[in-house]
Amino acid sequence: MRPRTSEPASFDDSVDAPTMSPNSAPPVPQPEPAAAPPRLRLQGIAKVYPSVTANDQVHLSVQPGEIRAILGENGAGKSTLMKIIYGVTRPSAGHLYWEGEEVQVESPAHARSLGIGMVFQHFSLFETLTVVENVALALPGKPALDELAQRITEVSERYGLPVDPRRHIHALSVGERQRVEIIRCLLQNPRLLIMDEPTSVLTPQAVRKLFETLRQLSAEGCSILYISHKLDEIQALCHTATVLRGGKVTGECIPAQETPASMARLMIGKELPQCEHGAAKTDGDVRLRLAGLSHACDDPFGTDLKDIHLDVRAGEIVGIAGVSGNGQQELLRAISGEDVLAEKFPVQICGVEAGRLSPGQRRKLGLAFVPEERLGRGAVPGMSLADNALLTAARNQSLLAAGFLRFNRARGFAQRCIDAFNVKCGGPGAAAKSLSGGNLQKFIVGREILQTPKLLVCAQPTWGVDVGAAAFIRQSLIDLRDRGCAVLVISEELDELFEICDRIAVIAKGRLSPTRPAAETTVEDIGVWMSGLWPGAEPTAPPSQPTHTESLHA
Amino acid sequence: MLELEARAEPSRLMSYLSPLLAVVLMIAGGLLVFSALGKDPVEGFRIFFLNPVKDLYSVSELLLKATPLMLCAIGLAIGFRANVWNIGAEGQFMLGAVAATGVALHFDGSESALLLPAMIVAGALGGAAWAAIPALLRTRFNANEILVSLMLVYVAQLFVSWLVFGPWKDPDGFNFPQTKMFGDAALMPALLEGTRLHLGFALAIALLVAGYAFMNRSFAGFRMRVAGEAPEAARYAGFSATRMIWVGLLLGGAAAGLAGMSEVAGPMGQLTDKVASGYGFAAIIVAFVGRLNAFGILLASLLMALLYIGGEQAQQYLNLPSSISMVFQGMLLFFLLGSDVFINYRLRLRRRAT
Amino acid sequence: MDASLFTSMLFATVVAGTPLIIVALGLLVSEKAGVLNLGAEGMMAMGAVAAFAITHHSGSPWLGVLAGMGAGMMMALIFGVLTLSLMANQVASGLALAIFGVGLAAFVGKPYEAVALQAVPPIRIPFIADLPLVGEALYNQQALVYFSWALFWGLLWFLYRSRAGLVLRAVGESPSSAHAIGYPVIRIRYLAVLFGGAMAGIGGAFLSVFYTPMWAEGMVAGRGWIALALVVFATWRPLRVMVGAYLFGGVMITQLFIQGSGLQIDFPSQLLSSLPYWATIVVLVVISRNINTIRLNSPISLGKPYRPDA
Repeated sequence: MRPRTSEPASFDDSVDAPTMSPNSAPPVPQPEPAAAPPRLRLQGIAKVYPSVTANDQVHLSVQPGEIRAILGENGAGKSTLMKIIYGVTRPSAGHLYWEGEEVQVESPAHARSLGIGMVFQHFSLFETLTVVENVALALPGKPALDELAQRITEVSERYGLPVDPRRHIHALSVGERQRVEIIRCLLQNPRLLIMDEPTSVLTPQAVRKLFETLRQLSAEGCSILYISHKLDEIQALCHTATVLRGGKVTGECIPAQETPASMARLMIGKELPQCEHGAAKTDGDVRLRLAGLSHACDDPFGTDLKDIHLDVRAGEIVGIAGVSGNGQQELLRAISGEDVLAEKFPVQICGVEAGRLSPGQRRKLGLAFVPEERLGRGAVPGMSLADNALLTAARNQSLLAAGFLRFNRARGFAQRCIDAFNVKCGGPGAAAKSLSGGNLQKFIVGREILQTPKLLVCAQPTWGVDVGAAAFIRQSLIDLRDRGCAVLVISEELDELFEICDRIAVIAKGRLSPTRPAAETTVEDIGVWMSGLWPGAEPTAPPSQPTHTESLHA
Repeated sequence: MLELEARAEPSRLMSYLSPLLAVVLMIAGGLLVFSALGKDPVEGFRIFFLNPVKDLYSVSELLLKATPLMLCAIGLAIGFRANVWNIGAEGQFMLGAVAATGVALHFDGSESALLLPAMIVAGALGGAAWAAIPALLRTRFNANEILVSLMLVYVAQLFVSWLVFGPWKDPDGFNFPQTKMFGDAALMPALLEGTRLHLGFALAIALLVAGYAFMNRSFAGFRMRVAGEAPEAARYAGFSATRMIWVGLLLGGAAAGLAGMSEVAGPMGQLTDKVASGYGFAAIIVAFVGRLNAFGILLASLLMALLYIGGEQAQQYLNLPSSISMVFQGMLLFFLLGSDVFINYRLRLRRRAT
Repeated sequence: MDASLFTSMLFATVVAGTPLIIVALGLLVSEKAGVLNLGAEGMMAMGAVAAFAITHHSGSPWLGVLAGMGAGMMMALIFGVLTLSLMANQVASGLALAIFGVGLAAFVGKPYEAVALQAVPPIRIPFIADLPLVGEALYNQQALVYFSWALFWGLLWFLYRSRAGLVLRAVGESPSSAHAIGYPVIRIRYLAVLFGGAMAGIGGAFLSVFYTPMWAEGMVAGRGWIALALVVFATWRPLRVMVGAYLFGGVMITQLFIQGSGLQIDFPSQLLSSLPYWATIVVLVVISRNINTIRLNSPISLGKPYRPDA
């Protein structure tokens, strides 16, 4: 982390002029003098849902050309606020002023006509249609497709976002899809651009290119609202920041003048918890061995796995980094048993060739698995926590008797998970979907860990989880490792991997890089490897085209 | 402006009230229908809803009518809970009836006490075999089981028609499409003197209890519930989707086949080409109205039987076609689907934000 | 086989396939928007009985067709309210509609069971109908046959060359994305569902007013379900719907073929009548075998409820 002088954050709500920060951007011209009205001003905005107040008395002000970060952890209300600005939702109270005049943003089309553009975190693109068709759908009127393709190419060249208008979305990588989203906004000459967590799907190099584009836009007078929880990116890019916590504005600051620690304190209200890492063993027995794992994916939109080699030993945490869409899902399914392989030896669990075993059989060997999706995969949303305990723990925790359910034991086990992992909920009878993301994740992790596995595989263990729960989960993984378990973590958050892993590898286009000790690797290296360019890598074959065509014929 | 607002948690109260609300709405709708047809609504209510329960014999007829509904519905409910949509219960019912008839006719004249149990087994196997076709096609070839099981209903009807007009036609039956009457050993024993209520009813109750135990207390039932609610979670847990499709369809088919057997070996005493008369489809409604659980199915079967008999009463005393039952049954299901919305949503008067 | 037999078989195939085309194309539009309406059988039945009744009372088969269309739309509206506004499960609601529609039609149609309608003369297109072999078969047909062809071309243009069609397909693929961009997803789906109902009603009207001008309980005989299977078999493409419908039409009149060809095979009539249903099963198996065929072609949000997240 780059050192900063620590200065207390300012709590007034006047806007500070942007300052230069040493390590990052070239100088940015001053925004227009404060006599001109702010481009966007929110006053007292509130949004109340029956179960939660997402936004409470939010004040915000953005000048032309300003890049303002909206900083907050998951659940702080950032996305809801942006939906209000973009007209997807209506506020329960408060006023919105656009270039000095009060407006009610009725709909996204209205927002676009005002000059507000939004690039969503989860892209609103249509996979079966081409780039041109997707852009056309977002534009008013009936643009001629050929002329539109021309305009797309112009914009893409001007802002360094190369994309071919005639390709179908499903054939594009995640980074390319984001470019389409951005171009779609830019074609409407926005005066305010909202970017919602844009870098979670990008390699470090791609992030830098994105920042260049955003700075160019800002220099041309476009204001930018940049939603993120990544403190170092905000420091590199943003002039100012508004911090949200629990739906309220808890402060404003100039990121260049803050440290990550001080911003984190604003964000979560207390010190950023640290993990006790400790040292890994290096001589434990091999609990997971992937021996030349190759698997052609059933799904035509998926990624084939190619010749993956990996060993995970008892007493260590191995991490696999990678931008989503490079084979992580397929790899996890091959390890967990949800996809059964053609042969048994490529996946070995505790020395047993397990490639053709079902998930239940692999769990008997000592495997435990925390999947990426909590609701719908890791837990059944409508069922109670006790019932959800039965999902994976039925056999090895003796929750059955002659094929019948033993409710008391299931409840008891669920209660143990709740107690050991500090799960805030209404007891073992509470429905899984009534828990917050962080608490449900703690329950699922707890359920798997309390089965004392020999090998634990986790996917995105702290995605969408509040900082407190995230720290708890990471510490639990480290403690589990110290008890002699082998742990494999697949994550898109590089910070997390560096925090807890002993060795790191990168997955790119279905291939796995060799592992390196985390202490000897930098973010730069990982970024390079994400493009498949690690030493010893073969040149990758061109991606095969899936045959899905929403074509222009019957 | 009225708007629907999502509740934080599904309302338990509404999940009990919703079927009651649906029944009330159905009665109200029905009274409107009576008026529209020029009949006195109060009279219509009395004849349709009250006649069927006015004395012991009427109640026994109600239970008799409810028997095949209970049998089919509990089998269907197990499948539906696992998202296995067996719509072909009507056809499986018929094949069960055919199988049982086959045994009865083959051993015609026998006095053996084993004949009836053999027919019961045959009925279950016949229905299960017919349901095995959509199961196989779904698990091997991904063919949608709704359409396959439905097509097989039409095939089954034509098959029965061929049997009773052709090889199984009663030679002394004046050319009517029906088989010989079954001998005494091939008929279900009566349960209550002076009524037509027979062993089938006891079988139905037994099956409801078994169904409850399976769905709510066994691990196999748990697996099916997970597969229905969250298929990805079932995959994650390693529950075999293939096995559940087979179990869901075979159990549904066997139950429907039993129902078919209990019809032909009950008061009908023979196979005719009108053997199924819509029970298989009515059972689908029973399963939904009964919320896919055994106790609800018990109540819903009684209600649907009431609607059937009410239709017959209406035909006799109000001069309305008996297919008016189907109108009521359809209305019940629609109103139930509609009032279920209040389990997860509540109605709000929305005023504009300032 | 001689020429006149070929011509009459072609004629009969076109006639038998026409109601399937109309209903299936309507369902196709509805499914392209992401809504699976299993109630086709019920909508057809109501269309048939309404058309028959109005034709009988008014003397005009065209008023009958309009009435059939209206009845189909009303049934579809019930389905739409349940699934789009009240967010009920699409499969259950469609089944309910199928059961209710058939039952209601049987109830309403009771008084008409013994009634006969006057047959409607076909419309002969001059000159083209004089073509040898195919002229009489294709161009001396009922108006609704020509309508089915016009519908096909109209839908091709609508779905793949018009902006509205593009929006419809987008809604069917990802209603949440369409909503995020600002399209009225629920309203678009209502329109698609009502269109499906209208076409089902017209298909039913064809059966009771033109095909066999009479009404009998159960006369739809599963065609609504076959139309649903047809859309799957055609992988949601209009041209394949046409081809498939005529194939099915051919299977449906196999009985006629066998009698007409003079073959002395003594199949039980029930077996022949069951051929279309077996054919449907076979066709479903063939098309579903490769799981990717469906996955790649079906509208991605088909059958899933859309909850507008306020």
